[in-house]
Amino acid sequence: MAKPKSAYSIPGKQGKFDTHIIVVWVDNEAGVLARVVGLFSGRGYNIESLAVAEIDPKLNISRITIVTTGTPQVIEQIKLQLKKLVPVHKVADFMRNDKNVIFKEMALFKVVGNESKRKKAINACKKFNAVILDKTKKSCVIQITALRREIDLMSKSLKKLGLVSLSRTGAVAMTRGSEIFR
Amino acid sequence: MSKLYSGAEIVFKCLEDQGVEVIFGYPGGAVLPIYDELKNFSSVKHFLVRHEQGAGHAAEGYARSTGKAGVALVTSGPGATNIVTALTDAYMDSVPIVCISGQVPTHLIGTDAFQECDTTGITRPCTKHNWLVKDVKDLAKTIHRAFEVATTGRPGPVLVDIPKDIQFQKTNYTKYKRQKKINGKAQKNFNQSEIDTLINLMSKSSKPIFYTGGGVINSGPKASTLLRELVYATGFPITSTLQGLGAFPGDDNQFLGMLGMHGTYEANNAMHECDLMINIGARFDDRITGKLDEFSPKSKKVHIDIDPSSINKNVKVDLPIVGDVSEVINSAIKTIKKKKTNFAKSNKQKISKWWEKIEKWRSIRSLDFVNSSETIKPQYAVQRLYELTKNKDTYITTEVGQHQMWAAQHYKFDKPNRWMTSGGLGTMGYGLPAAVGVQVAHPNKLVIDIAGEASVLMTMQEMSTAAQYSLPIKIFILNNEYMGMVRQWQELLHDKNYSESYTAALPDFVKLAEAYGCVGLRASTPEELDDKIIEMINTERPVIFDCRVDKVENCFPMIPSGKAHNQMLLGPNDQKENKITGKGKTLV
Repeated sequence: MAKPKSAYSIPGKQGKFDTHIIVVWVDNEAGVLARVVGLFSGRGYNIESLAVAEIDPKLNISRITIVTTGTPQVIEQIKLQLKKLVPVHKVADFMRNDKNVIFKEMALFKVVGNESKRKKAINACKKFNAVILDKTKKSCVIQITALRREIDLMSKSLKKLGLVSLSRTGAVAMTRGSEIFR
Repeated sequence: MSKLYSGAEIVFKCLEDQGVEVIFGYPGGAVLPIYDELKNFSSVKHFLVRHEQGAGHAAEGYARSTGKAGVALVTSGPGATNIVTALTDAYMDSVPIVCISGQVPTHLIGTDAFQECDTTGITRPCTKHNWLVKDVKDLAKTIHRAFEVATTGRPGPVLVDIPKDIQFQKTNYTKYKRQKKINGKAQKNFNQSEIDTLINLMSKSSKPIFYTGGGVINSGPKASTLLRELVYATGFPITSTLQGLGAFPGDDNQFLGMLGMHGTYEANNAMHECDLMINIGARFDDRITGKLDEFSPKSKKVHIDIDPSSINKNVKVDLPIVGDVSEVINSAIKTIKKKKTNFAKSNKQKISKWWEKIEKWRSIRSLDFVNSSETIKPQYAVQRLYELTKNKDTYITTEVGQHQMWAAQHYKFDKPNRWMTSGGLGTMGYGLPAAVGVQVAHPNKLVIDIAGEASVLMTMQEMSTAAQYSLPIKIFILNNEYMGMVRQWQELLHDKNYSESYTAALPDFVKLAEAYGCVGLRASTPEELDDKIIEMINTERPVIFDCRVDKVENCFPMIPSGKAHNQMLLGPNDQKENKITGKGKTLV
């Protein structure tokens, strides 16, 4: 194989990748999401999922929750780079396996099929706070809130029960107990 | 009721309040109202460039030679896109630039109107921050905030995009009150215990080195003074990055020269062998570190930087100190004076062996070259230029390539803010417009752009600007007819396949100078060089100096591909077989 030639160094050893949930409090102004997302794409960081909405209309603050993977160094850079952005107020970082933090995603399933299939589908969803949002003679829409991998599993197992459409959010996070992140 | 001002007037009110004396710009449809107001604000002088990139680089030259923010004014669409290179350049090299751009009227935004582009979208990744002003009431606040962001913390470029209708609308203006100690963003500052740890490391070290960068320059002239005090007090050796040159006197014995890819043998070897590395305002750039896995393996590393995100980005350090360089050095000096009164004495003994070793490396004389009596060697040209201008408080800008490295190696700076070069982005065409900006800031000083013939052609049109405002800049072209650095790499990496690196149809630079209404000079032999340089210095008009140099000279020493700091390639005198092999080829 021909040796590649370039003006730059070859990559060194790669560290172990961890999944982190980064929470960013930002001014809710035009272009702020583009700044945050552009920082990720521009510097080659991953985004697994993203959830964003205004949380304080009076102070005009939005909360962005980003699930990302990277080596410890990359995660550290992500936090420091985010903090440099002018509209960013604070940045929190949680490991996915942190027991002190709650992570939730929401999913909507549309299931089309006969009654027995639909029932089976609803039963399967029960352990994930299932809510029936819509019901017809042929179909139903089920809402669940769960962890990412649980939703992955459910969407897989609902396929044979008539799942025709799936819509899901990014993860949102909150610490347990009375403490809040400052 | 207080007087109402139009958006265009407010722009100038803000500039006046910020103490801006000079702006570089180019008019166009979407900034016409602002240009219309120019006549009413005599304290702001406008310099008309020939291309918006030139406005950006001129603002950079102005900013880097004064320490103040440079201001550029451009129109929408192509005006804004043309300045993107300069903004990116300023972002990479941490230069404070405030760019004001016109935009199509708000009701046309998003309709693909004439000369419309998504300016804030395009410049988002190459500015510290940017704003699209959609309400004239926000205009003054935004411009003042822009100056704040550009000049505080780690400096950088910002952009304010002002739609044309906003420039016409009227509102109140309240005078700006400069707040004390605004810090673009609140930052965690260093504490005394970190300084104590630093002093402790310094007193224990037997092989220390200071590695300083552009952060020292950006921290202001006081930082350079303090740095000198610290370095003299400790007796430690010091090396500097390309951007840090001038913070410490280049001809001082404690100075090992520049480090990195084309740094000196002694600087790079000292970096490799040291047991304590004190990085002050530098960022472990890949041109500095060489092969990362083998970068200074035995040292404790201290990193002093105002930007927390610079720390541990490329190289893991043992002691990070986040803060303004001059403040950190100041407390370090104070602590030494208080706690280690005999520091210098006790230390001298300890590091004497280290200095012996350094002197051994130094004796290799890695910057030496084989001089010639027939052709002008480029290194010789820079050396002569240095000797003939060193007593004149000269300002040097450069383009990018071999000539830039030769200038960095052979021109010795002894003051900060005298050396303007594009390091991070490596922008060919930077030097000429930057020289324009420097000359505007220092009308009575000697300003020389050490250039390459390929680079300078990229922004040659700015000679017309220099002619218009009688800016006596000197464009000293080391003309070897090649893109020299490209040719050097092709020689080393691509089996001398000089693909497209030779310029077959160069202009006659002397005639070109005359065509611009400037003075053209040429030197082709070493004998005439000195006289011609003196003639250039004594000419009070802009000069293009066509210095015909050896066409195939390469820039040494060099850390070759895939090698660490202690495996440098020396010049033609180097007998050691130090060929680049296998994996290394990817690394130059």
